Amino acid sequence: MKAFLDSTKCSGYGACADTCPSVFEIDEFGFGALIGDGTVPAGDESSARQAEQACPEHAIALRD
Amino acid sequence: MSPPAARSHPDIVPRLVVGSSGSRPLTLAEERALGTYAPVPVSSVIGELERAGLRGRGGAGFPAHVKWRAVAAAAGPRVVVANGEEGEPASFKDRWLLTHRPHAVLDGLLVAADAVNAWRAIVYLSHPSTVRAVRAAIAELPPAVAARVETHVVPHRYVAGEESAVCRSINGGPALPVAKPPRPFESGVDERPTLVSNVETLAHAAWIARYGATAYRAYGTGESPGTGLATFAGACARPGVYEVPYGPTLRELLAECAGEVPEDAPGLLMGGWFGGVATTAVLDVAWCYDALRAAGSCLGCAAVTVLASHERIAEVAARLARWYAAESAQQCGVCRKGTAAIADALDRVRDAVADQADYDNLDRWGTALRGRGACAFLDGAANLARTTVDTATLKEQLT
Repeated sequence: MKAFLDSTKCSGYGACADTCPSVFEIDEFGFGALIGDGTVPAGDESSARQAEQACPEHAIALRD
Repeated sequence: MSPPAARSHPDIVPRLVVGSSGSRPLTLAEERALGTYAPVPVSSVIGELERAGLRGRGGAGFPAHVKWRAVAAAAGPRVVVANGEEGEPASFKDRWLLTHRPHAVLDGLLVAADAVNAWRAIVYLSHPSTVRAVRAAIAELPPAVAARVETHVVPHRYVAGEESAVCRSINGGPALPVAKPPRPFESGVDERPTLVSNVETLAHAAWIARYGATAYRAYGTGESPGTGLATFAGACARPGVYEVPYGPTLRELLAECAGEVPEDAPGLLMGGWFGGVATTAVLDVAWCYDALRAAGSCLGCAAVTVLASHERIAEVAARLARWYAAESAQQCGVCRKGTAAIADALDRVRDAVADQADYDNLDRWGTALRGRGACAFLDGAANLARTTVDTATLKEQLT
């Protein structure tokens, strides 16, 4: 599974990094960023889906 | 501004700057005499592009046949777009091509439309001189052929030529990039698989379709085959658009074409403005995508600006960084904040009041901000940050 972040939508709520810190982080400017290329570590698929759902801006997409 | 003239490197038989096209537009009759619009074996075009190793000339250098094949293999109606929105401020080569050889571009667009079996073929433009030239060229074509080609005109801005912005604009939206995926080859114009190709790429594709991959590879290197249009400007005796082979060093190309680089030149701007700044050490790197990338620079849209002896790299970098901050589409928060932060730090570098944290930040942003925006605009600002602090030589010049 791989995560994609729409930077045109991200407003920096930070819900993604709170929910799935192995995939998302908040950068020094306060916006969401992917860790590495966005590949979701095995076992973290559920929290990645929670992060997708938690984003108020619907800025996250997941692809298998 | 009048359309720029073009010349070719003395050691090549040019493919694009042919006949009198360097200084005036070729007529349809002259183009037909060159073979333009002559039938090509459509079914073998994509394979020939692969054998030729044609790389996209919009800046990324992506293998052309990969995009063509992906669109051709997609289900349902497809679309092809000739992208003539030349966003890089230092580049004029697409404007020369569109104003002097519009038929070569239209020929390539029609070859592409046939090769991927497209139902729409669109020329995407912004500069008024290119709009006039392309529309006049379409009007010269037989009605049945002219009816196959549409034009779409947008206001000029840097990001308007990014391929997702191209599709968004043609679909009725603003000419601004959108997040990927999907990429246009998956879903673009009319939400159909769309081949968005730079106009120079299309002109070369038509040449390859007609003369073959082996002939195309008569010049160039294994990974950067053929010839390409380049814009050489700044502190050189004969600035302009040139058709050049890949492979020689940049120093050799400039000496043969635009004139030798003055010994006291402080550096160069590479890849338009996208590649940032470089010391004159880049002059001894081979003019090809991979060698320039390995040297920490880039070929990009093949525009090179030689800085004059009175220019300071720090001043130029600060000016370009401020342009990036102002030109940002302001769509992505990280682009809005990141370009502003780079500009502020480079202002301090220019004013010789930067501290170690500024240099560390610029170095980090040069890597960390790449790939973060919806398009590559922020990557250009990041490249500027990285290249400005990249070498010890450059640091000496900064202070």
